[in-house]
Amino acid sequence: MTQRAFELPVLESHEPVDHAAAAAAFNADVARTDWHDESLWFVRVKRDRAAGAVPEWEALRARASSIKEHALTHLDEYLVQFEANASKNGMQVHWARDADEHNRIVHRILSDAGARRLVKSKSMLTEECGLNPYLESHGIEVVDTDLGERIVQLRHEGPSHIVMPAIHLRKEEVGDTFHEHLGTPAGLSDATALAHAAREHLRARFLAADATLTGINFAVAETGGFVVCTNEGNADLGMALAPVHIASVGIEKVIPRAEDLGVFLRLLARSGTGQAVTVYSSHVHAPREGQALHVVLVDNGRTRQLAREEFWTSLKCIRCGACMNTCPIYRRSGGHSYGSTVPGPIGSVLTPGLDLERYASLPFASTLCGSCTAVCPVKIDLDAQLFRWRQHVVERGYVSAAKKAAMKSSVKLFDHPRLFRVAGSLARLGLRILPAPLARIAGGPWARARELPAPPKQSFRAWYRRNRPGGAR
Amino acid sequence: MTAALFVPCYVDQFYPHVAVAALTVLERLGVRVDVPEGAACCGQPSANAGFGREGHSTIERFVDVYAPYERIIVLSGSCAVHVRLHAGEVVAHGGRTDDAGARVAERTTEFCSFLHDELGVDRVAELGAAFAARAAVHIGCHGLRGLGLAKPSELQGRPFDKVRALLGTVRGLELAELSRPDECCGFGGTFAVGEPAVSVKMGRDRLRDVTLHGAQAVVSTDMSCLMHLDGLARRERLGLPMFHVAEVLAGDARAR
Repeated sequence: MTQRAFELPVLESHEPVDHAAAAAAFNADVARTDWHDESLWFVRVKRDRAAGAVPEWEALRARASSIKEHALTHLDEYLVQFEANASKNGMQVHWARDADEHNRIVHRILSDAGARRLVKSKSMLTEECGLNPYLESHGIEVVDTDLGERIVQLRHEGPSHIVMPAIHLRKEEVGDTFHEHLGTPAGLSDATALAHAAREHLRARFLAADATLTGINFAVAETGGFVVCTNEGNADLGMALAPVHIASVGIEKVIPRAEDLGVFLRLLARSGTGQAVTVYSSHVHAPREGQALHVVLVDNGRTRQLAREEFWTSLKCIRCGACMNTCPIYRRSGGHSYGSTVPGPIGSVLTPGLDLERYASLPFASTLCGSCTAVCPVKIDLDAQLFRWRQHVVERGYVSAAKKAAMKSSVKLFDHPRLFRVAGSLARLGLRILPAPLARIAGGPWARARELPAPPKQSFRAWYRRNRPGGAR
Repeated sequence: MTAALFVPCYVDQFYPHVAVAALTVLERLGVRVDVPEGAACCGQPSANAGFGREGHSTIERFVDVYAPYERIIVLSGSCAVHVRLHAGEVVAHGGRTDDAGARVAERTTEFCSFLHDELGVDRVAELGAAFAARAAVHIGCHGLRGLGLAKPSELQGRPFDKVRALLGTVRGLELAELSRPDECCGFGGTFAVGEPAVSVKMGRDRLRDVTLHGAQAVVSTDMSCLMHLDGLARRERLGLPMFHVAEVLAGDARAR
């Protein structure tokens, strides 16, 4: 076995993520929970307005979904086509089986170029791969340049949202962080002033960088080019200045044709932030004069997910974040409660595929309300996939013995109508005669904040037998 | 045609008056209704908790009991969606090789859908129900997005709302529009006890939206949502009565 020089954040511990406990801790601060919920709901409302302004919105979603399904079912062809065309354009294409291999490839490119300072932008994939700690352990300075990413990097936190990584922080907290790390005046919390300070701070890093690393939103097989979408222009600064550009991309991001961009670019920003389009949609086709341009195609569990008949369509995801913004659980539990680089509904479908035992609680962090499915620009049936993961969690035995026993006995009740009637009347009787404080204890987690239903004397079945004597039996 | 009315387990045990109201409405509208015995549950609670395999016998039983009926009217959007999605998985059961499961799935509808789609709003208006109140409507998420009881806020296109259309026939009833028209109430079956913090927060937020818009009552398609919302409202002494659509149409709803 190869000795790992580092530990991947995603895999560093096998301690299961307890979403319910993390969500309860988040909810302890009601004002903050309200603020978080309302901030994200505001984005959801913006999304509704932006989507409503496009008459063919639903047709676009259907089109995007079918393009992605086609691309995923022909991924072998399109990846090879992309590699051939990108190479023709002067890019160097690398293939990484997993996070480990990705990180080693990136490190090798950097050390071959003698690069010590890397500016990064727009890459959840490198979060997923744990690239920063790996490179730092090899003496390379890594600076995340998306404002939100930089904030969480300074705080030694992970992103809590894939599009708005610091959405869990108030501007006062950002002010404190900048005071500590960037030397801004104590107590400064004016958003414009803080953004200014970040710009000054980052500008120096861009100028000093030996290399830049970006993500890729869409890799086009037909042209061998790719598109990076940002709102801050930071990816462009990095690409324009650094002598080495590495673009890391999950293999599911390949689309067949340039014209498909006309579908995806119209959906991406409208779905994610309610903007008509991201401020920068940069098309990269070839290295600049004198620049080395590398593309790293990363699997890291994607082909395994692709092979799963019940879950492969989750790879259609274009990482817009709309399912997070709309999810009533995400909005009230925060991204960190998922313990996964990609949180929210899509994270709860993707991440269990990497380690089901560890992430067994995520498919249950949902009421299956289906809002995620209805908002998804590529029509992933997220609620149905959450339902299916729950079946696998139980089949593999990743649920408590108590829950298992409770479920078995309730099934037994439903299978025996007479037993159900007797148990039902006993329960109703119990609820009627039990003093309120005892009923609250008997009601468990239900009754801590909620009354139990006021039990009637007779069930509907008993009423029916008495009042419709000729009725069905 | 004889239709079967399916009364979900928790309605049978805790809300018998709602089932009586639904039966009364259907009978008054001239529908021949049976409430067959032998299947207390559709299997959704166990399946949504991940115990679909263990709970399979429950939906088999459901298919056995309801297979003879041409129409199966479910008094819950959530149970109806479960039957429609999963009854078809019951195949080659009890020595049969027929497609009874698939047929049951196809013939299953929900109470409001049945009234709206198969009897029509004009006939429902003949019930002459009255309820002098300003009420908020809460359509259960599964009925909303799984059965298409109304246009979900996420989807673009022509708005429609079958539940509001039915309630539009009720004299004196004024409907309050909420800030978040179709936000989930937070019940979610075992979610209510598995994730109590978020579940309770969602319910409280839903109730705040209701009271902020001056509603004096909540009307819903699903008693499961109401069990949760009413439990919260009673604990917090909000004085907010809650009714199933069937109770309102039967003329049983009273403002407090």
